[in-house]
Formats: sequence, C-alpha cells, structure tokens
Amino acid sequence: MQKRYSGRLFATEIIMVIVALLFLSPFYFLLVNSVKTFGEIMSNSASWPTAFQWSNFTKAWELTRFPQAFTNSLVITVISVVILALLSAMGAYRMVRANTLFNRLLFFLFIAAMVIPFQSIMIPLMRIVNELGVNNSKLGLIITYLGLGAPMSLFLFHGFVKSIPLEIEEAATVDGCTSIGVFFRMVLPMLRPMIMTVVVLNCLWIWNDYLLPSLILQRPHMRTIPLATFSFFGEYTKQWDIALPALVLGITPIIAFFLMLQRYIVEGIAAGSVKG
Amino acid sequence: MSKRRLSGWGLQLFFVGPVLLFFTVIMVIPFFLGMYYSLTDWNGVAGTVNWVGLANFKTIFTNDPDFWSSFWFTTRFTLVGIVLTNVVGFFLAYFLTKALKLRNILRTIFFMPNVIGGLLLGFIWQFIFIKGFSTMYDVTGWSFFGLPWLGDSVTGFWGITIVFIWQTAGYLMVVYISSLTNVPTEIMEAAEIDGANRWQMLRSIIVPLIMPAVTICLFLAISWAFKMFDLNLSLTKGGPFKSTESVAMNVYAEAFQNNRYGLGTAKAMLFFVIVAIITIVQVALTKKKEVEA
Repeated sequence: MQKRYSGRLFATEIIMVIVALLFLSPFYFLLVNSVKTFGEIMSNSASWPTAFQWSNFTKAWELTRFPQAFTNSLVITVISVVILALLSAMGAYRMVRANTLFNRLLFFLFIAAMVIPFQSIMIPLMRIVNELGVNNSKLGLIITYLGLGAPMSLFLFHGFVKSIPLEIEEAATVDGCTSIGVFFRMVLPMLRPMIMTVVVLNCLWIWNDYLLPSLILQRPHMRTIPLATFSFFGEYTKQWDIALPALVLGITPIIAFFLMLQRYIVEGIAAGSVKG
Repeated sequence: MSKRRLSGWGLQLFFVGPVLLFFTVIMVIPFFLGMYYSLTDWNGVAGTVNWVGLANFKTIFTNDPDFWSSFWFTTRFTLVGIVLTNVVGFFLAYFLTKALKLRNILRTIFFMPNVIGGLLLGFIWQFIFIKGFSTMYDVTGWSFFGLPWLGDSVTGFWGITIVFIWQTAGYLMVVYISSLTNVPTEIMEAAEIDGANRWQMLRSIIVPLIMPAVTICLFLAISWAFKMFDLNLSLTKGGPFKSTESVAMNVYAEAFQNNRYGLGTAKAMLFFVIVAIITIVQVALTKKKEVEA
C-alpha cells in the first residue's frame, strides 16, 4: 500500500514531532541544568546555561565514585547475563528435545513461577543468601539473578528451539558428533537471534535493578549505579548542581548501550513479547 | 539399553541441572519457606521462630489500615496506569506505522525513557516537578504547573502516573507496532473500498486483529503497575503521609524497617495470590477476544 506523502501525513508528522519534543523535555531540563550554577538553576531552570559549569561533573564523578559504581554494574550485569543465557538455552534445548513427562512438568513449573512477584520471595530469599554465605558479595547477587531470570529466559528459548528443525542435528549425530557437541556446535549458533533477545532483556533488567542489590550489597565500595545514585540522593538532597550531573552520568551508559544496539533491543522486545 | 539410559540421565543433568539448581535455590525454596514464615512471628533473627498459625493474616485483615491504603493506592494506580499507558502506547504505534519521514527517530525517542531504570527516572522527575514545573509556571502562568506536585496525595498520584506513562508507553508502542505491521493490508484495503471510515477501521478491524498484543500489553502494564517499587521510592518515598505507598513498598517496610519478617511474608504471600489471580483472569478474558485474521 504505497501511498503518496499527503498533507494529512505531513500534519501527522508535525503533531508527532511536537509530542516527541514533549517526551524529550525532561532530558532537556536535566542536561541544561547539570551544567549551571546552583543559583542559576534556582532562578531559571528552563534557560540555556550562561556559562557551562563542567566542574559540576567533576564533583559528581568523585562524590558518586562513578568509575567504581560503573565497574560494579558492568561486572555484575555481564557475568549474570552471559551465564543466564547459556544455562537457560541448555535447559530449554534439553526440555524440548527430551520431551519426557518430567521435563514437561519442569517446564510448567518454570512458567508458573513467572507469576511470582519478587517481593513475595525476597524475605526468605535473603535468609537463604545469608545461609549460603554469599551476602555482601557480587557472587551472591549473580547467583540470585540466575535463579530469578531463569523462568523468562528459559521460556523464550523453549519456544525458539521448537522451531529449529531436527534434521540438522540428526545429520550431525550421524557424522559422529556427540550430543553435547551437537548443542554447542550446531544448536547454539542457530539460537543467536533468541540469545540476543534474552541478553538484551536481561541487561536492561539487571543493569537498572535497585531493590535486589540494595538487599544484598551493603558495603559502599560494591554499589552499582542505581545504589550509588540512591545513597547519593540521601546525602545531597536538593543539591541539584551535583545531583543532576550525577543523574546524567548514571543514565549515560545505558542510553549509549541503547543507541548502539537499538535495532536488537527493539527487535528483542518485539520477539520477547510475542512469546510472553 | 541400560548404558543409553544412563547417558540420558547424564545429559539431563548436564543440560537441565545447572538452571534447575539456581531456580530451585533462588525461587522454589524461598517460595515455600515464605509460606512457612507467613505462619510465624519470625523477626529476622535466626533461631527465634514461633508458630502463630493464621495470626498474621488476621492482623492484616483486621488491624492494618496502612496495608489496605497501600493496596487501594496500588489498585487505583494500576487501573488508571494501564488504561492511559496502553492508549498512549497504542496511538504512538498507530501513527508511527504510517509512512512518516521521521518514523524511526520518533520511535527511538518514545522508547528511550524505558531503558533508564525506574529509580533514576524518579529522581529526574523529582527535579522536573519541583523546579521545572515552577519555572514553567512563571513563564506560562498555567495553573497546571503551579500545582503542589508531589506535595499532596492527589497530585502525588498523578505525578507518579505521568512518569509511569512516560516510562512504559514506548515499550508498549514497540509491541503494538510489531502487531500492527502484521495486520494484512488486503483486509484494510477491502474495508476502505467498502467505505469504512478511519474510526470504523480502527474499531472493527485493527483492534480485533491485534488482540494478542492487547493481551500482552495489558499483562505487562498490570504487572509493572502492581509491583511498582523503584518509581515511588525515588519520586515520593511513598509520601506525603504514605498516600503514594505501593503494596511492594509496604511489604518491604514491614520486613526490613519494622523487622516483622513473619508479618511481611504473610503480606507477600497475599500479594502473590492477588497478583496471580489478577493476571490469570486478565489473560483468560482478553484471550477470549482474540480472533484469527
């Protein structure tokens, strides 16, 4: 249905641009005020800065210990996401290919668990984390993400594995490939689109998560970006000339991640939601 | 035969074992442990756990106005939030599936707030509500900007709702876009030839055909809205006077601030039951409305 670019479309375009500017306006306020003096923020928060106070950023960088928080967030997110994708791909593959009663029940159990809100298990979960002796450690946090992320990731892979034809695997087996070899050499590469989806969805979730790290990581040097931002706001309430640059620093990595991998993120969400 | 069986179990253990182990330790065990703790007076310190039967639930139902006011807030917020965020998300998708020149940039802009976590979004908006709006009031004189945003229970409610829409509409837009692009153009063309106007096409053709997406988007919006925690925490801290406290915050406060873990888990279990019932009923209801093209 290729249509001419009509006046009506042009009007729609204009209206959508206005709505988009409205959507972007909080970012405008955030950015311009992050480089103003406190006095100027107070007197007029809508104006363009008269002089750029880059020192606001230096202060925020140091006070939030940004490099440390960034590294913590990165390490936790990357390790959790990679292991989660691998383990749930393996689990889902086996559950589809070995369609036993046990595996069907297991799969149902994973799906059913998706209804459980995190708040419903967090209190006893903290007890378990303490018992395992992994409280206050990145390892404890990563293990917890593996458990919490398993149902959704496994579900996504399960649907995808079903759509992969069995013939290729049979051919590989005939050629002398072991079952484990078939998975790693043949199946895993074919799962790539769904791996992207699972990785993207889990990255957004884990990177932005506040509640779980706040329960597990008590020590300041372990803080992730959301934790560092939160404790920073407790300390510097209403000191907008350092709070706003701290927020800009906090959102920059994930915005950059989004702009770089935009296509995959949007496709991933579309693919993930169709399954969900 | 026995050798093959053994290798079957070995493979099962290799492939399913790890993910099942983490799932069991992190979700299954805490869930059942939670059922047990909800029937005790556990205060979070190991060793002193007394069985109290249904006493916690009795407390919640008869003597816990804070829980019910948080429940009422969460319910109102969920109802308003899911309607508005779905309407906005749908219309963004509806217009952004037309042949606009800036289509891709616009889609990116609308989706962007969603990649930022609720906690940081809340802090950003705290500044907008406090300083940005007061500046806009000075400039425009519109009373909308002069309201005591976040300062009382009504504006606090709407403040959180605005931020929630800003955050989630773009995500729902993506889901609606992927569904709208799958609506067969032949059906649309046929309807156009039959003289259907835009509204009729929307109501009688597009919406019924994208019902699977509606099911998903309602499901997502309900679970986000009902489990909301980060946004309230950073935007209003549940205030003023707990008027914007969500159920998730109430459960958290009961356990980790009041140190009543037993009562907290009882609330958490009740929360789970409510969430489960709502989502199952919603999915069942909207599934019924799905049609084949």
